[in-house]
Amino acid sequence: MHSSETLSPATPLSPAQPTAQLTAQLSLQQVSKVFPGRDRWSDKLLKRTSRPFVALDDINLEVKAGTFVSIIGPSGCGKSTLLNMIAGLSQPTTGTITLNDHPVVTPGPDRGVVFQNYALMPWMTVAENIRFAVETVYPQMSIVQQKSIVQDYIGLVGLGGAESKHPHELSGGMKQRVGIARALAINPQILLMDEPFGALDALTRGFLQDEVERIWEQERKTVILITHSIEEALLLSDQIVMMTRGPAARIAQVLEVPFPRPRKREELDQYPGYHSLKAAMEHHLSCETRAVEESRIRR
Amino acid sequence: MIHQTLEAALPKSKRFTLSSDQQALLLFIGLLLTFLGLWELGAKLKLFLPIMPSASQTIADFWFWISDPFFDNGPNDQGIGRLLLVSLRRVLMGFAIGSAIAIPLGILIGLSEVVSKAVDPFIQILRPVSPLAWLPLGLALMRDSEKTALFVIAITSIWPTLINTKFGVSQVDPTYLNVARTLGASRWRTISKVILPAAAPQIVSGLRISLGIAWLVIVAAEILLSGGIGYFVWNEWNNLKITSIITAILVIGLVGLIMDRLFGLLQHWFSFGQRS
Repeated sequence: MHSSETLSPATPLSPAQPTAQLTAQLSLQQVSKVFPGRDRWSDKLLKRTSRPFVALDDINLEVKAGTFVSIIGPSGCGKSTLLNMIAGLSQPTTGTITLNDHPVVTPGPDRGVVFQNYALMPWMTVAENIRFAVETVYPQMSIVQQKSIVQDYIGLVGLGGAESKHPHELSGGMKQRVGIARALAINPQILLMDEPFGALDALTRGFLQDEVERIWEQERKTVILITHSIEEALLLSDQIVMMTRGPAARIAQVLEVPFPRPRKREELDQYPGYHSLKAAMEHHLSCETRAVEESRIRR
Repeated sequence: MIHQTLEAALPKSKRFTLSSDQQALLLFIGLLLTFLGLWELGAKLKLFLPIMPSASQTIADFWFWISDPFFDNGPNDQGIGRLLLVSLRRVLMGFAIGSAIAIPLGILIGLSEVVSKAVDPFIQILRPVSPLAWLPLGLALMRDSEKTALFVIAITSIWPTLINTKFGVSQVDPTYLNVARTLGASRWRTISKVILPAAAPQIVSGLRISLGIAWLVIVAAEILLSGGIGYFVWNEWNNLKITSIITAILVIGLVGLIMDRLFGLLQHWFSFGQRS
């Protein structure tokens, strides 16, 4: 229903990059993450030893190019840990993560990251924040071209006119638009979003979800979205990865979301299968969350 | 009904009230006049030692120094403005030297935990040393009073800037660093574009404290060396001219206040966008 030649507002970044490379296929094989405990003699002396903590255990996931995947799970299940490993900010203890068959070892501009707390530099204006990213990733590019990319992405997220504002003059929703524009402006192959709307009020959140749906229709990047919200996952994703509770969290189930695009929030509950998907997710999450709470009480 | 009560309330409050600023100003003037009055009365009634001048004499002498600040009748008889310029030049030069050491060193220490731990004992031991304890060492090493003054100012103005720079650099919000890492920014680009701007407000507030301390120290140093406002204070004590000493105290305080305020403006400017 949607052709692949969707309008891209940005000028092609560099002719050297073939279009097929602009989006990525991600693969996680037997990934686990163990945070080492403290048991050196100095820790023993200070009586502050701790056991190693297994955050994630044996995660296997294949993400096809150009799909929107949400990861949902009870709090503390290691969703952010997983995303950080895909971003390259931390390394898996065992297993491998590959992006287009290249192993992920370090952070890099082939992955755009949208942070939960926006992470905008307060001393830079909106345009400077995005420009910083573009300039870092494409230092050879002419300043005119950098500026035009910055302008294109400010336009894409609907912040035209706010270019020279500083983050403290923006609302939370506007800040996260800048965060999204910054992540997209470097033309990453995959977009990683860590609860991007978690700090926003419900109305702004819904509005930004619609914006992300609109932007995704234009860009069609591979997206990994960490979320707590069932509606958000159903509105945006092609696949929903449901995780079990931690410690040693695993993938419980991967749900396919077959709704046609572009999706409209108002019409979402009319798609066939919506209610059963939602019920399955709610059941899983409430069971896991209950178990998390109970284990906390027992501890 | 509500309108009526509002209208009734408004003119009443408008009748005669002062803002808290105006009240404070009035109180300030009142306190000043009371103080001067008691001083004058005490001097007239000979309640103080005979060396103590009256308030009116002091004000007259203050006016004498302020009205012609730049006269020059030889090295021991100069206008107070000229003396201040000598002191200010020393303070600013010593402060510049100290800052030129403190900021790069602070950045280095802040970036590396190992260097930080290794250098920390030196800082902790040298920091609480009184500036005047450095003076004989400076004289021995430099054999020159001018250079010694700069040495003492520099070494005392290092610490607040050094410590603030170190903290500013090491406490940069890790999410900013993650942004730089995910973009693949080089170490140098991360330092120059992320860490330094993020630490700038802390660095400037360190500089502000350092300058204040440098100004405190210069008077003491100049009493033992020569020239400048500190030497003037000592010289006038030898002449038993208490009025001149009081004038000097006021002028030193005012200049310190002005410098602090100027730095406050700078600080305000540097913290741009980080006030939320």
